[in-house]
Amino acid sequence: MSIEQQISRKQRPPFHDRTKEAIEHPFLQKAVRYTQDRLRGGKKRAEAEIGNWEEWRLKAEAIRRHTVEHLDVYLDQFTTNVENAGGTVHFADTSQEVLDLVTQIVRKKEARSIVKSKSMVSEEVDLNHVMEQQGVEVVESDLGEYIVQLADEAPSHIIVPAIHKNRQEITRLFSKEAGKLLSEETAELTAFARKRMREKFLQADIGITGCNFGVAESGSVVLVTNEGNARMSTTLPDTHIVVMGMERIAPRWRDLDVLLTMLTRSATGQKITSYVTALTGPRREGEADGPKEMHVIVVDNGRSSMLGTGYQDVLHCIRCGACINVCPVYRQIGGHAYGGVYPGPIGAVLTPLLEGFEGWTELPYASSLCGACTDACPVRIPLHERLLDLRADEVETKQTPWSERLAFKGFGVLAEHPEWFEKAAVMGHWMGKPLADQEGFLQKGPGPLKGWTDSRDLPIPAKTSFRKWWRKEGKQDG
Amino acid sequence: MQVALFITCLSDVFYPSVGMSVVRVLRRLGVEVDFPTEQTCCGQPAFNSGYRQDAAKAAKQMIRAFEGYDAVITPSGSCAAMVRKEYPHLLNDDSEWKERAQSLADRCYEFSEFLVSRLSLEMIDARLEGKATYHHSCHMYRGLRLTEPPLQVLSQVQGLEVVNLPYHEDCCGFGGTFAVKMSEISQEMADEKIQHLESTEADYLIGSDMSCLMHLGGRIRRKEKSVEIMHVAQVLDRGMMK
Ligand code: SF4
Repeated sequence: MSIEQQISRKQRPPFHDRTKEAIEHPFLQKAVRYTQDRLRGGKKRAEAEIGNWEEWRLKAEAIRRHTVEHLDVYLDQFTTNVENAGGTVHFADTSQEVLDLVTQIVRKKEARSIVKSKSMVSEEVDLNHVMEQQGVEVVESDLGEYIVQLADEAPSHIIVPAIHKNRQEITRLFSKEAGKLLSEETAELTAFARKRMREKFLQADIGITGCNFGVAESGSVVLVTNEGNARMSTTLPDTHIVVMGMERIAPRWRDLDVLLTMLTRSATGQKITSYVTALTGPRREGEADGPKEMHVIVVDNGRSSMLGTGYQDVLHCIRCGACINVCPVYRQIGGHAYGGVYPGPIGAVLTPLLEGFEGWTELPYASSLCGACTDACPVRIPLHERLLDLRADEVETKQTPWSERLAFKGFGVLAEHPEWFEKAAVMGHWMGKPLADQEGFLQKGPGPLKGWTDSRDLPIPAKTSFRKWWRKEGKQDG
Repeated sequence: MQVALFITCLSDVFYPSVGMSVVRVLRRLGVEVDFPTEQTCCGQPAFNSGYRQDAAKAAKQMIRAFEGYDAVITPSGSCAAMVRKEYPHLLNDDSEWKERAQSLADRCYEFSEFLVSRLSLEMIDARLEGKATYHHSCHMYRGLRLTEPPLQVLSQVQGLEVVNLPYHEDCCGFGGTFAVKMSEISQEMADEKIQHLESTEADYLIGSDMSCLMHLGGRIRRKEKSVEIMHVAQVLDRGMMK
């Protein structure tokens, strides 16, 4: 993490302030729900259309499991093949190392401007801001990324970065950039963005992209986009830098076939996105286009710490966003409230794993454990179980408040002593009674009950519990 | 068949009438039911908050309480899921306990599931007039994949029109301690659910988990809306009386 990032993260408002802000936002929830519905509807149709979806999931899971289990072997093969094709491979352990590597290349090329296409890894290292501080202009070529860049925000979804924006807001941002009032027509807005971006593409010295999959058997970098913009970043500038997470490997082309099938259907419901680009090395002699140099930066940044642990399967993720699109929590608060680079269920799992619990203790609890994410995941990562594991880790490393630890100690004792358990319930009834309304409901709970009664009425324990009824009447009636 | 009722701590303390309904319905269907008073809580509050050691204490207590019964019936999809899916993992470290956990898991049934799989639905003779919609709780729907049994049971109730709840697969926002820890998000989820509920114009909101219904019901009451909240067992109990 860069110094700037560390400072900005420290200043980040606590989780509850962020969720409150999101909930109170005039149109965020509406915008998020609308697109979420569209995406999950698309996925459902795509699943039905392909038919044996569960078999595909098993296949995809097996490929990811095998790949991550043998990651060292495949990364080695990938590296060899990239270099055989004329590219250069760098390994970066930390985000600072990524920034250093990119900076070196930028300096060497005396680059003034960079064109970028969607890359979540570059968000991890806050690449845009750091480059801009060095006086290098960075232009996002993905429409959604461009929108959040104009708004000086981070993406709030891994596939749909500007999911939280509505049309009025986008028109406002584009009009400001254009210096004149644009209409809210899609055609006019995209025409403006396209024209503006193309101007920049032509001037860019370096193109930076992410990498959806690196095919080990050929050393190819595969990019999946809907706008074809990745091609702008990879063919026009002289230098192409690929920033990829170290786990983003597909051993063979036939594995890639399965993974692409799952990725596009799970992300948007499309059979295939409009553009799948495969790049193998820089321009070869006799070729008409392509960069003169290709650098692939393989990024660890906390990933390898999951290898060999119970969290290894989190590395199976293919960043499709399906878990986010079905998440009822994300639906209410959008992506920024999570506070990290990756939002939704995958973010709640991944962020504390990549960065540690400090500053992120609330994320594993930002889930109702409904399991919709686990069911949606095309590579069958049991996300809600990993959230439970993280909670258990928090308890074990004493991240939770002492009052809570004490309360659950008490719970354990009561659970083992039915007679005490019963007494506690009776006590609850008599303590609650004076505070309750005539029908036996609390409107304003004391102490920890406040979290409940802030939004809901709470019945007080019944005067006659079930077990009491059973002893007195229930048992005999039979 | 030796059948035991696993009441759940929530129904024991807050909704004893649900337990009474289960007992009455089972007896009317000819099932002799016992209630082992050694039972307390399945341990879910602790388990879901990360306190696995404390949850294990509850799990062992439950396993002891229900040893010797052929079937253990509970009016909660969520608690059934805890026993069936989590106990064997939770007690993984100790082979003897793991085996006992698996044995309980194999004998544990959610209420509607028991009626559908171990009895005959035709035996149900019930009548309740009105329009109802059904709330699927996540742990029953996705955890145990019990999507049809409660609807099959309700379809036996004459006079009751059961309409689909839009977005029925979505969580209501209860989520155990989530409801308190993340109350502002939980409230938004409840409100969206209630919106969908209102669009059905149902008189009854029926469910198989009193925890979700406590949350939704509490919110409905706060908003001063008039929908009656019922457990499937209560519907049958009321319907069979007439
Ligand atoms: S965790 Fe699964 S569903 Fe979520 S983004 Fe990754 S692959 Fe997609």
